[in-house]
Amino acid sequence: MALLELTDVHARYGQVRALHGVSLSVDEGQIVAVLGANGAGKTTTLRAISGTVRRSGEIVMDGRKLGWRGPEAVAALGVAHVPEGRGTFAELSVAENLKLGGYTRRGSIDADVKRMAEYFPWLEERSGQHAGTLSGGEQQMLALARALMSRPRLLLLDEPSLGLAPLVTREIFRIVRELNDQDGLTVLVVEQNAAIALEVASHAYVLEVGRVAVSGVSDELARDESVRKSYLGY
Amino acid sequence: MSRPTVTRAELVKGPLFVLAALAILFLPRFISDFRAQQFAYVGIYLIALLGLNILTGFTGQISLGHGAFMAIGGYTTAILISNQGLKIGSHTFSGDLKDVWTIPLAGLLAGLVGFLFGFPALRLTGLYLALATFAVAVATPAVIRKFEGFTGGGAGINLFESPQLTGVGGTDPITFEERPGGVELWRFSIPTFNEWLYYLSWGIALVMFVVAWALLRGRVGRAFRAVRDSELAAASSGVNLARYKTLAFGVSAFYAGIAGSLLAIATTFVNPETFPITLSIFLLVGVVVGGLGSLWPLVFGAIFIHFMQIEWAQNADGAIPDWLPLLGDLETNVPGAPAVAFGVVLILVMLALPGGAGGLVRRLGALPRRLNRRAA
Amino acid sequence: MTQFFQQVVAGLASGGIYAALALALVLIHRATGVINFAQGEMAMFTTYISWTLTANHGWDKWLAAGATLVIAFIGGAAIQRTIIRPIERAPILTIVIVTIGLVLIFNGLAAWIWTAEVRFYPSLFPNDTVTVGGVAISMIDLGTIAVVLVLVVLLWAFFQFTTVGLALRASALNPDASRLVGIRVGWMLAIGWGLAAMLGAVAGILTAPTTTLDPTMMQAILIYAFAAAVLGGIDSPFGAVAGGLMLGVGLNLIGTYIDFVGADLRLPVALLVILVVLLVRPAGLFGKPVTRRV
Repeated sequence: MALLELTDVHARYGQVRALHGVSLSVDEGQIVAVLGANGAGKTTTLRAISGTVRRSGEIVMDGRKLGWRGPEAVAALGVAHVPEGRGTFAELSVAENLKLGGYTRRGSIDADVKRMAEYFPWLEERSGQHAGTLSGGEQQMLALARALMSRPRLLLLDEPSLGLAPLVTREIFRIVRELNDQDGLTVLVVEQNAAIALEVASHAYVLEVGRVAVSGVSDELARDESVRKSYLGY
Repeated sequence: MSRPTVTRAELVKGPLFVLAALAILFLPRFISDFRAQQFAYVGIYLIALLGLNILTGFTGQISLGHGAFMAIGGYTTAILISNQGLKIGSHTFSGDLKDVWTIPLAGLLAGLVGFLFGFPALRLTGLYLALATFAVAVATPAVIRKFEGFTGGGAGINLFESPQLTGVGGTDPITFEERPGGVELWRFSIPTFNEWLYYLSWGIALVMFVVAWALLRGRVGRAFRAVRDSELAAASSGVNLARYKTLAFGVSAFYAGIAGSLLAIATTFVNPETFPITLSIFLLVGVVVGGLGSLWPLVFGAIFIHFMQIEWAQNADGAIPDWLPLLGDLETNVPGAPAVAFGVVLILVMLALPGGAGGLVRRLGALPRRLNRRAA
Repeated sequence: MTQFFQQVVAGLASGGIYAALALALVLIHRATGVINFAQGEMAMFTTYISWTLTANHGWDKWLAAGATLVIAFIGGAAIQRTIIRPIERAPILTIVIVTIGLVLIFNGLAAWIWTAEVRFYPSLFPNDTVTVGGVAISMIDLGTIAVVLVLVVLLWAFFQFTTVGLALRASALNPDASRLVGIRVGWMLAIGWGLAAMLGAVAGILTAPTTTLDPTMMQAILIYAFAAAVLGGIDSPFGAVAGGLMLGVGLNLIGTYIDFVGADLRLPVALLVILVVLLVRPAGLFGKPVTRRV
């Protein structure tokens, strides 16, 4: 059963159209990758889902239509969006960032904070540190932890590898894979680094100029040389 | 640089302007003396609004303190023509200068101060400039009051007694003696003070309008607009920000100084309450209603703020200037209600019609083109 | 020496009032990037409400003050939702003009409803003196200082320890990221304006007994509050309080010991502070210097 379904979604920034009818679906418990060159509309796709850009077309999650809701409402429905640039609150502490991650949860979030500390032990040690003073990799992990605080049904990850060294990137993706294995977390990840994304995701969509150009099972896409050369750059 | 060419729109507007100017100059024949005075004030406001718009509408520098520049102009004129015995240091002013000659002097002094203010203003942007000019305007009455040696302090400067004040006639309200009013200009006889005031104000206003128009359509105007639209882009294209910002301040203050000077002559009296913060606010209102970046629609702005103030003149609270002595006896309104209306209009204009009257005119002017496009 | 001590205490009291209004300005500027030129007039208006409850309806002073704070909060939030929200992304000039419009509206409304007649507004505190170390200190001054202190502490605790406070801080720092975690940023901004209006109401209620209650009451106070906010750092709440107290004490001492300034030039001195700080160190004493991203 598809947890998330996009049908013919258009999106624009002011007068500039960025998506020209994107359709994709994500099943529960899957990791799906959205790939493509710069400007293809990957980030815009995530923004369309989380409601941070003007969009039209059908977006259904868990049977509910998302199309008219703003980002706050979408977040309340269980969508956690880690945007480009992490979206951490640099002037707030690590602990406060986590607390904000759990904003939509009712009741105590202490258990979740502990869980995050299990994944990322340093979160507990440096809980009072200002988020802006963390390294790039740590900020990405904090952003991830913050997103998980809300116990989301769907995690939207925008370019987690951006600005990170390859080793750190691998670590991030390893953690995402682990979360998917252990907790069944559904993930939609946008990535420039197609190679590593295809290792982790089961399915992938390749966007070109605001449309889906190619889609399919990751292994097949990775093996297809023409796809790799034309769309994925390797 | 190639000579600026005349556009088709200007070929139409030119004769229209001449017609309007003629209409303005002949109007006093047909209206009462009282109305002539009211329209004179509109002319004075127009001059101030032209100045403020050059700075705010065309160069993008917010000024909430133009009342202060008007104060400089007004007080300069008042000090020079009064025979109240005001002094700076050891020099006593004895009112030997005829009032009209003080007008350009007042303008120049205000312009100089404005120009100098432009330098520190370079480092202030948007909100902070608004804040600084707002504070200047609020502090101005206190400063005027303090230096009473030459400003006459809280009591102000009474010009009615000044023998050099041209055109003032009628019955002296204190001594009840008759004074012949009016002015003889070449072969024209202008019989009353109010008419003289009208011609003085509008004559100067028309000239300054043309000057503003010429300034803004040329290289200077383009530089101003570049600064307004994007300081960064302007600087990158080689526009000397410092030069044009200070120039804008100087020119705009010059206009305000002239207006202030005319105001002093018109009301024959200045005191610290003649130039309160509300005056600066009203000037901004006038520019907004007329249209930022417009020129002739500022007349609407001037008409609006003048006639609104007559309404507000009834309000007795200390913030409102009672400096319209002859108009203070108009029909009484609910005190404060006009101010509310004023504020509401301001907000509505900004929310619905940010271009003011000028914007409306432009939209109406573009309507035929748009209608044609739809039909096609 | 006695005079010095008295002037300092009096300066702390008046400075406390400046600090309260400056806090309101900083709150709104941090949250929405707007300088609310109408903060003073809004404070004046709410003070009139407090006055009318006691004078015309016989309410107890403290009860009236409390009710006024609630009314101010609701009013401030309402203004943000209705008038400020539509122009959130408009150019600065538009926002400045709209707040100026609010100045006119509140000033006019006050004069319309209650006329410009000068009113007597009794202080919440007894008009007595207390002798401390041989020096007579006004109880009203002490009460004022106490109220502002309590207010500042309560506000700080609210922002540091409550979820709403955290959400408010987050909304001011990064509205986009805040929305993504589910914070209704629009309502947070409304709360911010409500809190600011409340602070203004306190400033007004504390000011009215020292001068008289009339529609121009808060005009000078607003300038002092601007000076305090600029001095302390327009985005720093701590700076607003520190700036306010410094300004209050400073103006008193300068006015007492420098004859030329006296009581007449307090306002121009405040203006000077604004200009000098904006030119020399725009971020204020406790603010963070802002670099313009190119």
